[in-house]
Amino acid sequence: MTLTLSIFLIVSATLFCIGLLAVLSRRHAIFILIGIEMMLAAANLNFIAFWRFGPQPQPPTGVMVAIFSIAIAAAEAAVGLALVIAVYRHYRTTNVDQLDQLKG
Amino acid sequence: MNSIAFVAIAILTLAAALAAATLQKLMHAALSFAVTFVGVAAFFFLLGAEFVGLVQVFVYVGAVAVLIVFTILLTRRDVQDTGKPTWSGAIIAIAVFGGLLWAILRTPTLSVAAPKVEALTVKRIGEVLMTGYVWPLQCVGLLLTAAMIGALILVMEEKP
Amino acid sequence: MSDWLDQIFIRIKQVLLAPLAGAPDWVMQIVSSLINIFALLGVFLTLFALISVLERKILGRMQNRYGPNRVGPFGLFQPVADGIKMLIKEDIVPVRADKIVHFLAPILIAATAILALGVIPYGRNMTPFVIDGGILFFFAVGSTTELAVFMAGWGSNNKFSMLGAMRAIAQMISYELPLIITVLPVVMVVGSLTPDRIVAAQGGYIFGIVPHWFVVTPWGAAAFILFFVSGLVESNRTPFDVPEGESEIVAGHMTEYSGFKYATFFMAEYIGMFAISGLGVTLFLGGWQAPIAALWFIPSYVWFFAKLGTLLFVYIWIRGTLPRARVDQIMNFAWKFMLPMAFTCIVAAAVWHYAGRGLAGWFWSLAVLTAVYLALSQLIGTRKKFAARTYRFAE
Repeated sequence: MTLTLSIFLIVSATLFCIGLLAVLSRRHAIFILIGIEMMLAAANLNFIAFWRFGPQPQPPTGVMVAIFSIAIAAAEAAVGLALVIAVYRHYRTTNVDQLDQLKG
Repeated sequence: MNSIAFVAIAILTLAAALAAATLQKLMHAALSFAVTFVGVAAFFFLLGAEFVGLVQVFVYVGAVAVLIVFTILLTRRDVQDTGKPTWSGAIIAIAVFGGLLWAILRTPTLSVAAPKVEALTVKRIGEVLMTGYVWPLQCVGLLLTAAMIGALILVMEEKP
Repeated sequence: MSDWLDQIFIRIKQVLLAPLAGAPDWVMQIVSSLINIFALLGVFLTLFALISVLERKILGRMQNRYGPNRVGPFGLFQPVADGIKMLIKEDIVPVRADKIVHFLAPILIAATAILALGVIPYGRNMTPFVIDGGILFFFAVGSTTELAVFMAGWGSNNKFSMLGAMRAIAQMISYELPLIITVLPVVMVVGSLTPDRIVAAQGGYIFGIVPHWFVVTPWGAAAFILFFVSGLVESNRTPFDVPEGESEIVAGHMTEYSGFKYATFFMAEYIGMFAISGLGVTLFLGGWQAPIAALWFIPSYVWFFAKLGTLLFVYIWIRGTLPRARVDQIMNFAWKFMLPMAFTCIVAAAVWHYAGRGLAGWFWSLAVLTAVYLALSQLIGTRKKFAARTYRFAE
């Protein structure tokens, strides 16, 4: 079986949809963050796959975008988790269904 | 590229991702999340981008996974379970997957085999970072500093 | 003759691979990798056994007593006795522990420690796996150790284990930064992340006597000392062994492990020590190269293991000499002193490079390092804390 680009794209689409499932159906704030990280990883996989299968020789643009995306995802995870801790300290709960103080 | 390796890594990654999205116990889900990222890093190795794979293991498994595990520790009230995944989420996820699959399979230009590529050395990545991508590099540095300071301020307890 | 002795292991491996000459490419690669792996495991597990008994003997001699000297000549078969004891002990798992996590933690810790050994050049042409970003691979695998330590502490369902694991992770994360930043000047000066290239860049001698090792330059010496101290902390050795402090939290994250799993933790700690020392030898001490040009006839792997042995002796020496540091002292030291000094090493290396790599560069980089060191010693305010003690006795 020769590996084509579409097989890699299908795998990354599956990873993206599993991340989407985690975001949509979990009630704990940390799980939603885990789902977001998985979606970002799937997007990185797409970038690298397109770089690899594109017409050679080409500049490593896909690799650069993936590297910056990993750095930004780490920063976002840090701030998101700090937010979860701060919210927990105030409301004593991490269930996002109960964080509805701004509801009109 | 070895198709046996591809199939093995794909099964490992997707199984771990499914476990991370659906397991009831928090800790097990967080540890499966780490395994998912090791799998994604293995994919990067398979695709010839070894530097990105190593950075992925370093950042995600070494730092983000530890952060998540620490946060789970600091915010638990001895309640291990989180409740079952709802059906509406699953339906939407499957619908999105169906849409993406249809788009991928419909495009014939995506069924190309891998061309021969010369190995991407770290030296080349360094050259490109410092010449073409120097502005994004500085911006990411600034962003990481801001994120660090922001996270510290968010969790710092005010002295009474 | 000396070249034959130097490359003897390569020739043995070629002889072993000769029967497979007609096999497809991937079979040759897999068998070659397997031979590398078995050789690596054989050498380092033997070294682990030897060092575990030598450490006790050296510590004993420093404390003016004999170490173990009953089992075998000079007590050198002690690891055999220890191994048999560990193997026949009952494996106790707490009832409410998380079985899977509790089981996987020692395996993961040992696996990551042994993985890190794979990229270090042990002799000429004797690197088990040549990866382009070898140094980054080493640190990526090393940072996975923290997760395994956490799994051990959490899987035991024991408050002391949890506390020990959190302290261990806090310590390891804090010192991972100086560890990696002190490696940066070396990578900067050499221009590559491959350990083979770094060893090759330290070749050549001045007047045939002084080697071009990075430890001879001022920034290299400072970076080597910082790297060594960070390595001490990463392997949880005294004076930084708060995670295993026996008098405080029993055995920290290893409390609930008995028998062979404890032996696995023990082994993982020592192999982590070997890996960090091996990396220190590669980056700063010239790898497998001889210190004087006249001594080239001694094989390269002998030089590597001699340098590794010296570093391990210094580890054991420090353990026998210094008391344990307090947790807040360890953290202060990392963030207030080691991190600024590590950044200064990068600046000093750049100054050394741009002032020409000769005597002028040496002088200016030494000036930069001394200036920052003196400034830090004024600013951190240790003078107040470490002033002469005043004693107040009960009247």
